[in-house]
Amino acid sequence: MITDLQLSKLRWRCRRGFLENDLILTRLLDRRGADFTTEEHEQLLSLIALDDNDLWEIIAGRTDVFPAGADAMVSILRQTRVTH
Amino acid sequence: MGLTVHKYDAVVIGAGGAGMRCSLQLARAGLRVAVLSKVFPTRSHTVAAQGGIGASLGNMDEDNWHYHFYDTVKGSDWLGDQDAIEFMCREAPKVVYDLEHMGMPFDRNPDGTIYQRPFGGHSAKYGEKPVPRACAAADRTGHAMLHTLYQQNVKSKTTFFVEWMALDIIRDAEGDAVGVTALEMETGEVAIFHAKCVLFATGGAGRIFAASTNAFINTGDGLGMAARAGIPLEDMEFWQFHPTGVHNAGVLLTEGCRGEGAILRNKDGERFMERYAPKLKDLAPRDFISRCMDQEIKEGRGCGPNGDYIALDLTHLGAETIMKRLPSVHEIGKNFANVDVIKEAIPVVPTIHYQMGGIPTNIHGQVVVPKEGNPNTVINGLYAIGECSCVSVHGANRLGTNSLLDLLVFGRAAGNHLVETALASRAFKPLPANAGDYSRARIAKLDDSSSGEYPQDVANDLRKSMQLHAGVFRTQKTMDEGVVQVLAIAERAESLSLKDKSKVFNTARIEALEVANLMEAAKATMVSAAARHESRGAHSVDDYSDSVEFPLGRNDKEWMKHTLWYSEGNRLDYKPVNLKPLTVDSIPPVKRTF
Ligand SMILES: Cc1cc2nc3c(=O)[nH]c(=O)nc-3n(C[C@H](O)[C@H](O)[C@H](O)COP(=O)(O)OP(=O)(O)OC[C@H]3O[C@@H](n4cnc5c(N)ncnc54)[C@H](O)[C@@H]3O)c2cc1C
Repeated sequence: MITDLQLSKLRWRCRRGFLENDLILTRLLDRRGADFTTEEHEQLLSLIALDDNDLWEIIAGRTDVFPAGADAMVSILRQTRVTH
Repeated sequence: MGLTVHKYDAVVIGAGGAGMRCSLQLARAGLRVAVLSKVFPTRSHTVAAQGGIGASLGNMDEDNWHYHFYDTVKGSDWLGDQDAIEFMCREAPKVVYDLEHMGMPFDRNPDGTIYQRPFGGHSAKYGEKPVPRACAAADRTGHAMLHTLYQQNVKSKTTFFVEWMALDIIRDAEGDAVGVTALEMETGEVAIFHAKCVLFATGGAGRIFAASTNAFINTGDGLGMAARAGIPLEDMEFWQFHPTGVHNAGVLLTEGCRGEGAILRNKDGERFMERYAPKLKDLAPRDFISRCMDQEIKEGRGCGPNGDYIALDLTHLGAETIMKRLPSVHEIGKNFANVDVIKEAIPVVPTIHYQMGGIPTNIHGQVVVPKEGNPNTVINGLYAIGECSCVSVHGANRLGTNSLLDLLVFGRAAGNHLVETALASRAFKPLPANAGDYSRARIAKLDDSSSGEYPQDVANDLRKSMQLHAGVFRTQKTMDEGVVQVLAIAERAESLSLKDKSKVFNTARIEALEVANLMEAAKATMVSAAARHESRGAHSVDDYSDSVEFPLGRNDKEWMKHTLWYSEGNRLDYKPVNLKPLTVDSIPPVKRTF
């Protein structure tokens, strides 16, 4: 489980440059942010360190090139994207 | 305890296109520049811009700045200041070539020149026919621009303060700007930035509406700071609706779609824009198209089971063009509308997109206010550029691609003005003794709160109210009701409560501070809108409709003037529109038809 401080930071860093990413990332944090494991947290951090367009291409499934070891979080994000 | 003081020649608040274009100009001149940003610079909202930058390069067809000037004046529904518009249109090719030289990866023609795509409202020969004027980098124009500017800034030694939120302007006894206070998110501490000049480049306040194409970060902080410092906000009643926001999601489908040939259809499959705008059709300006869509829906020709949207049809463009020129549109269709745009039309509705009003400035980006009979008296040391400013080149309605242009032209102009007026050799004015007290008191009030509502609950009520009372359908009655409701919500925002009182990276606290800014932007919008008894550009009111005396509801005799809203006393003032360009003849007002 991640700490409140980690979650708070994550919330801020999930504020993105465009709405598409905001919508999906907020949906993800609202659904299960508080329950992230340390590993999921780290994976998400590596993804949100990317530029918005690159992140969106991954979330949208346009590319399968993403930071090593982030596979599980990528599928969670893609799942979040399609489950409205 | 004293606050930490950082000292710079210039402090720029905001690292979007406007902020970074300006900081670059200053840093290149050897000035010490600090740029503060709530988020990492390349994550600023400018990254969302896909369509392009408007400049009359004439690479595809005959074009020149006079045509661009005409389109912008007409697009503004004669509320734009013609001196500023001339300045912007003349400078446009220069700032685009500047970016090209910095390495911006523009799309190219086979002959190596910059490719330009058609866009709504761009015409040649004074409205005769559409002309391709938008310079783009595929559908990543904003992204490419931010990266280019960021790299150049790093090279020129601009200092970035990332995840710092500016809170308030510090003005001295003479009213001059001498710095800002800012909160460092990582520590939760407030510090002072003492500077010879302060430049606001904080972007728009699109999150005051419930249905918006804007990212969550667009909370109008610069507007809030200006309003609290006694500076009026100009023309805030004018908000652009983008005709093609995805129904039920808000996500924007770039106007580049229509530029590439996409067509708006009603439930009968009719290309209805042919009826409303026989010449420009689907490429007419945004406000005009939004109202036509609205009319189709109101008259029962909307699509879908509830008849509440319009269909944007790209199917005839073919898979190759869509995937090459508009790949993101394909993705958005799949992800936010469950539609394959290659095979079927996508549901769209007019959605809040861009704030035409803002902090009043002149063409050098200097903030101007009425004083002793002069409506445009400069506030020393204070500048505003980009979407948070109102210079005013967009008037009552902005043309697509003119915002990125505005950022580049006025970001650069503000930088040049400071360099030319010898900022480097100017002395720092002393900080007032109480600098920082006001911001600290605002934070202490939040930290000491033991009861009250949560910031996001109040913000959500505000958004709903704004959507209802200041949306694309406006009537005098709904606007008057909106004023009462929004003022009541703003009252509630005076006593917010925080669950978490920790200092380090307290996102809830940051959001509470943002809510204060949202409130100022929303009050300015609602009050200014209810007071303007006419229809003009994006401010379209049912009560003021087309008549012989007032074509399309526009009343030039009484209302060809800029609104100025003051937070203190919630009062309004007005100032004249500048109809006199710098060197050419004025474009006289006529009825706007397309
Ligand atoms: C989806 C979309 C597509 C668009 N496409 C186009 C287009 O193709 N062509 C066009 O011309 N226009 C387009 N626009 C409009 C255009 O993108 C924006 O108007 C423009 O990018 C705004 O730039 P800016 O530099 O003023 O502000 P922004 O890019 O919004 O940057 C604001 C900066 O201010 C910072 N900031 C804000 N408040 C604070 C604070 N309190 N303290 C510290 N920092 C702060 C932020 O962190 C950020 O760095 C589009 C808009 C949207 C929503």
